[in-house]
Amino acid sequence: MPQYILSRLFLAFVMALLATLVIFLLANTVPGDPVLAQLGDMAASNKEFVAEWRAKWGLDLPLWQRYLIFLERLFHGDLGVSISSQRPVLQDIRDFAPATLELASVSFVLALVVGIPLGIMAAVRRDSWIDHVARLVSLIGVSSPTFWLAFIMLAVFYGGLQIAPGPGRIDSIALPPPSATGLYLIDSVLAGDWELFHDAAAHLVLPSIVLAAATLGLITRTTRASMLECMQQDYVRVARAKGLRYRRIVIGHILPNALIPIVTLGGLAYANLLTGAVLTETIFSWPGLGRYTFRSAVTLDFPAIMGITLIVAVVYLIINLLIDVSYALLDPRVVR
Amino acid sequence: MSIAEAPVSLRPIAPVQSKLRRTLRRYSLPAIGAFVILIWIVVAIIAPLLSPYMPSTVDVTARLRPPSSAHWLGTDVLGRDVFTRLIYGTRISLTTGVVVVLVGAVIGTLVGGIAAFARGRAEELIMRTTDLVLCFPPIILAMAIAAALGIGTTNTIIAMLVVWWPKFARLARSLVLVQRSQEYVEAAVVVGLTPSRILLRHIFPNSIGPLIVLVTLDVGNAIITFAGLSFLGLGVIPPTPEWGSMVSEGRELIEQWWVAAFPGFAILTIVLGFNFLGDGIRDWLDPRSRRR
Repeated sequence: MPQYILSRLFLAFVMALLATLVIFLLANTVPGDPVLAQLGDMAASNKEFVAEWRAKWGLDLPLWQRYLIFLERLFHGDLGVSISSQRPVLQDIRDFAPATLELASVSFVLALVVGIPLGIMAAVRRDSWIDHVARLVSLIGVSSPTFWLAFIMLAVFYGGLQIAPGPGRIDSIALPPPSATGLYLIDSVLAGDWELFHDAAAHLVLPSIVLAAATLGLITRTTRASMLECMQQDYVRVARAKGLRYRRIVIGHILPNALIPIVTLGGLAYANLLTGAVLTETIFSWPGLGRYTFRSAVTLDFPAIMGITLIVAVVYLIINLLIDVSYALLDPRVVR
Repeated sequence: MSIAEAPVSLRPIAPVQSKLRRTLRRYSLPAIGAFVILIWIVVAIIAPLLSPYMPSTVDVTARLRPPSSAHWLGTDVLGRDVFTRLIYGTRISLTTGVVVVLVGAVIGTLVGGIAAFARGRAEELIMRTTDLVLCFPPIILAMAIAAALGIGTTNTIIAMLVVWWPKFARLARSLVLVQRSQEYVEAAVVVGLTPSRILLRHIFPNSIGPLIVLVTLDVGNAIITFAGLSFLGLGVIPPTPEWGSMVSEGRELIEQWWVAAFPGFAILTIVLGFNFLGDGIRDWLDPRSRRR
């Protein structure tokens, strides 16, 4: 097992490096001009200024040299300096990541806590009203455009009923808690500021529901299908013949066997939530990685794009690795 | 609560009535889906006949009017008729969704099929490439490429294609691998048919089912992604009427909810349509899931 994890880690490392190479080539072979994107038309017409600027950011060197410089810095734990924010990329990411981590994690828990029981009930009482409700919830969940769902939520609960707070992580006049983890829910508790905790939690409600919708749909669906598959197995018949209570069979026998597809999908969904929250973050003015990525992409901020790419790829690869390792824990038959 | 008394697998099989209900249930959702898609296609074609307005005509005297008999779905910030823009927007959303998925499917299927047939180094190379692309969340990668290529419908489609083909390549590869070991393929090889002929004329028709399912389910996906990119300002060039950018234009207008609410609802209906239809086709092609 340790050897298996080590070899997987090495592979993940190689893949992450390759991913940066791909993005590097993609970002540099497309016709977009960072000079224009960063400086605007006025400055871009001043030749001398442009040349100086290109030299400053190393954009005048040949491609392979620039990539080597990127790699060399990388091995010293340096992702370079963002062109638009003029700060180290790593520091930018460290500042923006907690907001996304908090939002994605709350959404993920929400999707699991609602989706798995709903999927189980739908499978157990197949063709009943709860099965139909589950089907409807999951179909609408996966079919709603995130940005529209976010708008409707804001219009109804913030604009109309006025029972939910507006966009942002906390009230606009409130001060963020002293930063320990960057996660406001935890930081406010550490600071003993319950009012702020309540504020931060209230601000999380709408965006996390919106972000969870699609994931919830997928998890409900997968749980139902996987449960149905396992229900047909002989051991269920045996358990019933032994006279076990049905609840006990569902929770103790069927569910553990049905977990593997749910874990696979759940892991990938979490990776997607962590990295793909750009639309939700845009509408809710959430200062997270999604918005940072968007801004970097639009302004062709190469160092920032490369840094994010690397982080995203690493997150994906680690989660994939965790999924594979969890198979072994969930299903003793997998261990070789 | 009710889990305790639910003897599903041992429930006595109900008589005819339930069979009829089951048939109705099995075919009603796909039928609704197909019907919704059909309606949108018709709307896209006859859009000019449905509205007295032009999608880009600005009328500042009629800004932000609520839905009325003159403007069924109200007007936007520039006094443009939301209903008119919505029905013209159908054209872009439908075509981009279908184009991305079809072209992506053709490229992916060819690449995946070749990988499965070539084996060895070529297969390794192709599959690791798909792994690499799948390392990224689709919208982030498409966003980066679209931003780099510059705004415009064609560029956005290209950006989406870059992230779209790998899943088809993977599916096609696994399908071909299954077929390869079948006896009829061996027979075709023995008879001396060329690999490309075996692939296109024999293996492909035998494994097209799952591909059709993925294509149908995926059109909805592509429509949502394109609308999302448009929402971010990386899709169509204004003032082209497009659903995602219409939602974006109305996103601050919580009081004037109609500007953003209706185009978004249009996306929801068409995506639901494709999902209903795709699910139906899957049930129909896969007897195992039909039993359920």
